[in-house]
Amino acid sequence: MSTSLMNPSEAPSTVPPPRKTRRLPGWAVGMIGVAGAVILLSTTSYLTGVPQLTSTGTIQTAVRLALPILLAGLGGLWAERAGVVNIGLEGMMIMGTWGAAWAGYQWGPWAALLSAAVFGALGGLLHAIATVTFGVNHIVSGVAINLLGAGLTKYLSTLIFFPLSNNPRESPSVPKFDTYSASGLSEWLGELEAQQRVGLSDVAGILRGLVTGVSPLTMIAVALVIGSYLVLWRTRFGLRLRSCGENPVAAESLGVNVYLYKYIGVIGSGALAGMGGAALVLNPGQPGYLEGQTNGRGFIGLAAMIFGNWRPGGLLGGAALFGYADGLQLRSGGKTFLALIYGAVLLLAVIVIWQLVRRRWFAAAGGVVAAVALYAVYYSVDEVPSELTTYAPHLVTLIVLAVASQRLRMPAADGVVYRRG
Amino acid sequence: MGILRGKLLPPALAILFSALLCGVALVVSGANPAKAFGAMVSQVGEGTTAVDIVNSTGTYYIAALAVAIGFQMNLFNIGVEGQYRVAAVVAAVFGGSFALPPGLHALAIIVVAALVGAAWAAIPAILKVTRGVNEVISTIMMNGLALGLAAYLIREDVFGELRGNNIRTPEIHESGWVPGISFGASGTVFGLVFLAAALGIGYWVMMNRTRFGFELKASGESATAAAAGGVSAKKMVLIAMLLSGGIAGLVSMPEILGRDHTYNLNFPAGIGFSGIAIALLGRNHPGGIAFGALLWAFLDKSGLALDNVGVPREIVTIMQGAIVLSVVVAYEVVRRFELAAEQRRVGKELGTVAA
Repeated sequence: MSTSLMNPSEAPSTVPPPRKTRRLPGWAVGMIGVAGAVILLSTTSYLTGVPQLTSTGTIQTAVRLALPILLAGLGGLWAERAGVVNIGLEGMMIMGTWGAAWAGYQWGPWAALLSAAVFGALGGLLHAIATVTFGVNHIVSGVAINLLGAGLTKYLSTLIFFPLSNNPRESPSVPKFDTYSASGLSEWLGELEAQQRVGLSDVAGILRGLVTGVSPLTMIAVALVIGSYLVLWRTRFGLRLRSCGENPVAAESLGVNVYLYKYIGVIGSGALAGMGGAALVLNPGQPGYLEGQTNGRGFIGLAAMIFGNWRPGGLLGGAALFGYADGLQLRSGGKTFLALIYGAVLLLAVIVIWQLVRRRWFAAAGGVVAAVALYAVYYSVDEVPSELTTYAPHLVTLIVLAVASQRLRMPAADGVVYRRG
Repeated sequence: MGILRGKLLPPALAILFSALLCGVALVVSGANPAKAFGAMVSQVGEGTTAVDIVNSTGTYYIAALAVAIGFQMNLFNIGVEGQYRVAAVVAAVFGGSFALPPGLHALAIIVVAALVGAAWAAIPAILKVTRGVNEVISTIMMNGLALGLAAYLIREDVFGELRGNNIRTPEIHESGWVPGISFGASGTVFGLVFLAAALGIGYWVMMNRTRFGFELKASGESATAAAAGGVSAKKMVLIAMLLSGGIAGLVSMPEILGRDHTYNLNFPAGIGFSGIAIALLGRNHPGGIAFGALLWAFLDKSGLALDNVGVPREIVTIMQGAIVLSVVVAYEVVRRFELAAEQRRVGKELGTVAA
């Protein structure tokens, strides 16, 4: 570094040559991704003869199941962008489910949402105190919060819910949000879907699933994703918060109150995870709080965030994928899930062709091997056991990490304990 | 005195603080904390509680050792949870599928469990070494996969069989059982509790008396310094993770070979995470871990008595969580305090700071 300052002629050699191809803007990548996913799904649906892949019901279930993952992932995003790893998302989510049920059965769904956010934020506050003020290792604090969250909710639900529901593991039933549909559009799309035309009906089914029976929670979650992007990437506040995750020392030297920003990030993270818990309790398929309800979804949220490369758009994609896989399994069982494997083979085929075009023989060969293996699974198995499909998100995340870990870019000072010097 | 203050004071403070916190929680919820703690202590003498505590201590001790090996070189093996589960299922299926001469059978099961645990840990280890994947994330994902795999393997159409309301693997033949020490009505101490003790001794010897232990600690303290000394960080990561996974594979052996003889749906969950807490409490020291495991087992088993005095026994889990969090905070505070004291002392001796 210092040598290049003294010897300017050497400096250019350390700078990588500028890329020749212009990068597409994020929204364009997103649109291409969505279009690609739709084409892939409708092709798979056509080739395997499984219309449920793109049916309204599947998409609706997928949206409901994606919400908790999405909100938990957003929570992870806020904490990690501020430089604090949040393994405690699961615990904060559990606290959120309890808070949602407690306020929900008394005062309705809006109170449930608010209360869940507050309870989650309390977990976040604890994490912030431990990691920011006391400089405890982030993972350790997160593990402790997961233990605490689980214990606290079990204790409280035995104490408060047991007299009401006669079951220490369950709350009284919680009223849900009213849902809204774009009725005219929905009917028209329904007709289109019923015609079973290749491509068109698939798109109609997906769109209809998105505009029919929409809960306010879904709208809030989508607004939160967009809002998180705007706040974190388009405001001064967001730049400062992200700078605390990239280089806290430099941020501090520029007058940013790093501790304060980290506190804000982590408490916000807890609130979002708590709302993710509320999304579970307020899911129309659930009566209310249920012990063990989160079932590791906080971790899946974390996985969605990593899958999305610590960006809100990618995170949305990850949550959609995991929610979709979950919804497909829940809605139509292991047979249709098998069609998804077929879809993965198609996707791999496209990737292999792409790698061949770019003359990356090694990557292409790897793709071929993976595709053949997956096709063998598709060919030989009648049904994917539900025990395994539940954990598909974990497997996908592992594969993404293994294949693309060089391209993933987490905040530079993520997980590093910072002490004001 | 310094050792006393630095090493024993923080956990003592943390336990006291957590007890206080839970006491306050009990008062707020309208219970009498003195009565609750009294019930817990007197529970130890009742029925099989004392023996249960010893058995449970052994299990926790193995889990915490597995975590501690990783901690020695700054590796977070969050995956103990998944490693012991997969190892338990596979070992139970393996042991239940045929009979060998007594002794040999049990030994074979134990070896298989260790190998499976190590194999499950090998995936995150290899990903870390070759692809630079953070082991925390990958082991969390492996934990999820372990749950799925275990649930799949005990399906009736795979290896499982239905007994009453429970699905379980075929029972291990008697030649694979490890006899315990019976105390009559007070229960039976699992024979493999001694395996836990042996592992603790082995761990101490390895860390303090072997070159490998030194290299492990060195690469944990400073990877660059260790590399300069000719220690390959990658190799150490791989070995430490495999060792950790191998020991994690043994976690459920005392229970399976000593009592259950099968893997079933009631298989205990969360021991891996408790192991992390215990390793932290015991500061990776075999003695400290033993104390932590005993404390955890006591809280778990004596907590059952709380239901009799009208207190939800989950208060015990809150206490465990509070202990972990406050003990790490306490260690950190003491460390900072000592660092400041050291700096002051050095400053004084060098004369750069005016008295």
